[in-house]
Amino acid sequence: MKHADGRPVTQVTVRIGHLRQVVPDALRFGWELLTEPTDLKGCALVIEQVPATVECLECRAVTALDMPILTCGTCGSFEVTLLSGEEFLLVSIELAEVEA
Amino acid sequence: MGRVHLQADGTEHYHDHDDDAVHGHDHGTGRDVGDHTGYADTGTVRVEILENLLSENDRVADANRDAFARAGVRAVNLMSSPGAGKTTLLKRTLGALGCAVRIGVLEGDIATTLDADELEGAGATAIAVVNTSAGFGGECHLDAVMVRSGISRLPLNELDLLVIENVGNLVCPAEFRVGEHAKAMVYAVTEGEEKPLKYPVMFRAVEVVVVNKIDLLPHLDFDLDRFLSNLRSVNPAARVIQASARTGEGVDEWCGWLCGSA
Repeated sequence: MKHADGRPVTQVTVRIGHLRQVVPDALRFGWELLTEPTDLKGCALVIEQVPATVECLECRAVTALDMPILTCGTCGSFEVTLLSGEEFLLVSIELAEVEA
Repeated sequence: MGRVHLQADGTEHYHDHDDDAVHGHDHGTGRDVGDHTGYADTGTVRVEILENLLSENDRVADANRDAFARAGVRAVNLMSSPGAGKTTLLKRTLGALGCAVRIGVLEGDIATTLDADELEGAGATAIAVVNTSAGFGGECHLDAVMVRSGISRLPLNELDLLVIENVGNLVCPAEFRVGEHAKAMVYAVTEGEEKPLKYPVMFRAVEVVVVNKIDLLPHLDFDLDRFLSNLRSVNPAARVIQASARTGEGVDEWCGWLCGSA
């Protein structure tokens, strides 16, 4: 990876919103399988899951959603803006220090 | 607001982050700089990256979009489950628009040229097939790179409209931008009322839902109002076009939207 600059990567952190169709167990399984024969073998994968939240355009209430139905939990309005839940990011990597 | 962190070993722990993404914060570039705080004792360095995991796909999608713009082509990504009627609707569409609109079709399928064969002679200016199974397996969706490969075999400059018929699947195609101007889906009344709740990402991704096979309604228990209410609960803004690719009902309205005129 260009960011690692040749140093061993010990941990990779990704941030995934609940509205993305990513199954953490499947992602971890794939990660272990794919990294096994590479320099990333043993590198930890941290999955930050972000709940889907909406803000109501009528009553301004913010609701965290249990279901992917975009409604205001306070007044029931469908007129909402999505605040979070669609994240799909590589957040950071951790590198082992290399002795100078 | 906090988050559950799932570790690679299967354990979970909870973090309280005041700087959660909910607040739309910006970490700045952070690249190659690294945040060394809190890691002095562990001998590791943390490098903030904050890059979209699909950034490579999106870069190619943007290039596809530029290619469409240079050629003056409107591109529509058409999705559905298998058997909802994308190809039949497309055949009707080609017949209805005739010579008035020069249409290219990019057929995405795991295998076979059956759909392209079906459209042969129906009036498309050009058809390109992208089989996602390159010898084995087979992708369940088209991504931007596959579409780039497909459009390299199409005479974009001779087209007004490009319809990208995605792989029949209600899950993955919704996740990948391919450079299209709009996404639409075909939904058959034989699929039941509850699918918007089961596949919300797909139903949320589209501007238009063509409710197809509407001629079958008298023979089914399908409750159209319940379907529409389920659709509204995940995508209040979606335009609904009731149609039958078999009888031709609703096809004119669909063609109007497809061409970007109404």
